[in-house]
Amino acid sequence: MSEHLREKLNILADAAKYDVSCSSSGSDRKNTNKGVGNGHSSGICHTYTEDGRCVSLLKILLTNHCIFDCAYCVSRKSNDIERAAFTVDEVVELTMNFYRRNYIEGLFLSSGIFKNADFTMERLLRVVKKLRLEENYNGYIHLKTIPGASDELIKEAGLYADRMSINLEMPTESGLKLLAPEKTHGEVIRSLDFVQNQVVQFKDEKKLIKSVPKFVPAGQSTQMVIGATPETDKDIMYTADRFYKSFALRRVYYSGYIPISNDTRMPVLGTQPPLLRENRLYQTDWLMRFYGFNVRELLNDANPHLDIDIDPKLSWALRNLQHFPIDINTADYRMILRVPGIGVGSANKIVQARKFGKLHIYQLKNIGISYNRAKHFIKCADTPFQLKDYQATQIKGFILAESNSKYLKTDNNQLILF
Amino acid sequence: MIYVFDGSLEGLLTAVFEYFERKPKTVLLQTEKVFQPDAFTESLKIVNNRAKADRVWNGLQKRLDKQWRRRFYCAYLSELPEIFNSLFQFSNYIFNHPAGAEKNFGNEHVLAIAQIATKVEREKHRMEAFIRFQHTADGMFYCGIDPDFNVLPLIVKHFKDRYADQQWIIYDLKRRYGLFYDLLSVTEITIELNAKNLKQPTVQQLNGTEEMYANLWKDYFKSTNIESRKNTKLHVQHVPKRYWKYLTEKQLS
Ligand code: SF4
Repeated sequence: MSEHLREKLNILADAAKYDVSCSSSGSDRKNTNKGVGNGHSSGICHTYTEDGRCVSLLKILLTNHCIFDCAYCVSRKSNDIERAAFTVDEVVELTMNFYRRNYIEGLFLSSGIFKNADFTMERLLRVVKKLRLEENYNGYIHLKTIPGASDELIKEAGLYADRMSINLEMPTESGLKLLAPEKTHGEVIRSLDFVQNQVVQFKDEKKLIKSVPKFVPAGQSTQMVIGATPETDKDIMYTADRFYKSFALRRVYYSGYIPISNDTRMPVLGTQPPLLRENRLYQTDWLMRFYGFNVRELLNDANPHLDIDIDPKLSWALRNLQHFPIDINTADYRMILRVPGIGVGSANKIVQARKFGKLHIYQLKNIGISYNRAKHFIKCADTPFQLKDYQATQIKGFILAESNSKYLKTDNNQLILF
Repeated sequence: MIYVFDGSLEGLLTAVFEYFERKPKTVLLQTEKVFQPDAFTESLKIVNNRAKADRVWNGLQKRLDKQWRRRFYCAYLSELPEIFNSLFQFSNYIFNHPAGAEKNFGNEHVLAIAQIATKVEREKHRMEAFIRFQHTADGMFYCGIDPDFNVLPLIVKHFKDRYADQQWIIYDLKRRYGLFYDLLSVTEITIELNAKNLKQPTVQQLNGTEEMYANLWKDYFKSTNIESRKNTKLHVQHVPKRYWKYLTEKQLS
């Protein structure tokens, strides 16, 4: 049994790894029934892949058999690969045994589509029900919504899953049409919308009646593949912005396309995945969600692409030098957040500390800001008087000279932020 | 003036009490271990006193919010010799200033405590992530660790809440004590066993399916890797090498 299971796990984990989401955050599910497991609000990465991505969940497909033929997917029908399928019990056993050893935060279950959408969704549902109802399992469950599955099945699944997701795949409808003629954004939107409405409805009811169960407490997420089709960064981030706003998404993931076939519609085999671009998109995403930036400030018709050599926060600051330098000892918190080299934690410390007296350079350094970067944009108690104003290109030159190697290496990914 | 204490929290808090009794001009707090008597500096040996310590703690509790009390405790658990003095000076500073003084990150002790506490919390979080239980033949889930800081007290709740239906032991090999959960409550234990077995139980001591699941996990870890994205530098940044010994997925098959 063990050899057989090993083989299946290898195939079905391998096929699932291109979905980059591995977050286990946002669930506060409690271990109330003296069972096993609970949610951890900020999530836990139990290990990291050799490319530095978080491994938090057992991420597998129930099967890689699929009736569709999406060009960007390894499991597509026309691809000549080994196929396998787990039984419901196998997935449950693996999850429980990994969880009990503290290998994982939970399960991320997805699947190729066999027979039809409902048939597939129904199997997924059986796994989560067994975990929750028979094994008393309260750990994290991320479940893929199968496009086109019926509302009843999706609704029932939402009672057991912590997070549900359905991927946009390509940033624009036309990109999707090109590579996956059977799919549409409309279908994805319909599912996101349905789940979101249920979330709201359950929350409302819970306000009135305490015993109403939780519905997808960690919310929904989606993923876009980057670089398979010719969208601009502006296209990508405007789509992300729209989906964040319309469906209260917790996360949008950007996955640099890794060539898997010689299909002439896409980058050929051996092309390097666009990792630096992916990193810049994540940085932009963070600026939108945590730094109070509007996507239009970062990307617009004049700047449809993010700079490759500098991060989007620095790009914005250099394009808007009229706002700088700001005085650290008086400026608004929101402006401090916009200074390159100052993160959310440092900005908070600064506004607290300055109540006790004007801050000096050594204090800013101790607080942990990246002073060499920030110094071009700020003044504090002992900032030396400066005769001439530098131009944006000069400042960029200084900063790049100092951080040369770090910013031009192409091996960054989402986890190195500002 | 040097105050010398035994390294316990009670001792540290008692020292603060003694300071306010005497109010010497400048004073440094050191542990017995580090203290080097010299002819020119006076010293005072702190005698632990529960009642005095409690009074100081209650005073701090009134002045500091939950987050700061936690920082104070975490910094203490770092067991770093310099931090004991910072905690001592910080307490004096808090009692000598109006409410809210702890927000002054321009003060070196405030900042030191906040920063060390962050490090301790990071290691606590890492332990929650990197502990790998092995299922033993008698049904126990066991793991031995040797963290830089004394984080066991901080991780009790997490493991107790999460693994409520299995017995487990987490053993600090460096500090020679552990936590044992018996399905009802967690107790502190010390085990007299040869050190090698504590680090890695022998095959006979393990459950029959342990090896299979460890191998499945190693396989899984390998298959999550995407060759064309390989980035060892980033990998090591997230999983510093000193933790690799804990990780099942980093052991050779
Ligand atoms: S439907 Fe999903 S699994 Fe099937 S080919 Fe398309 S992306 Fe791959």
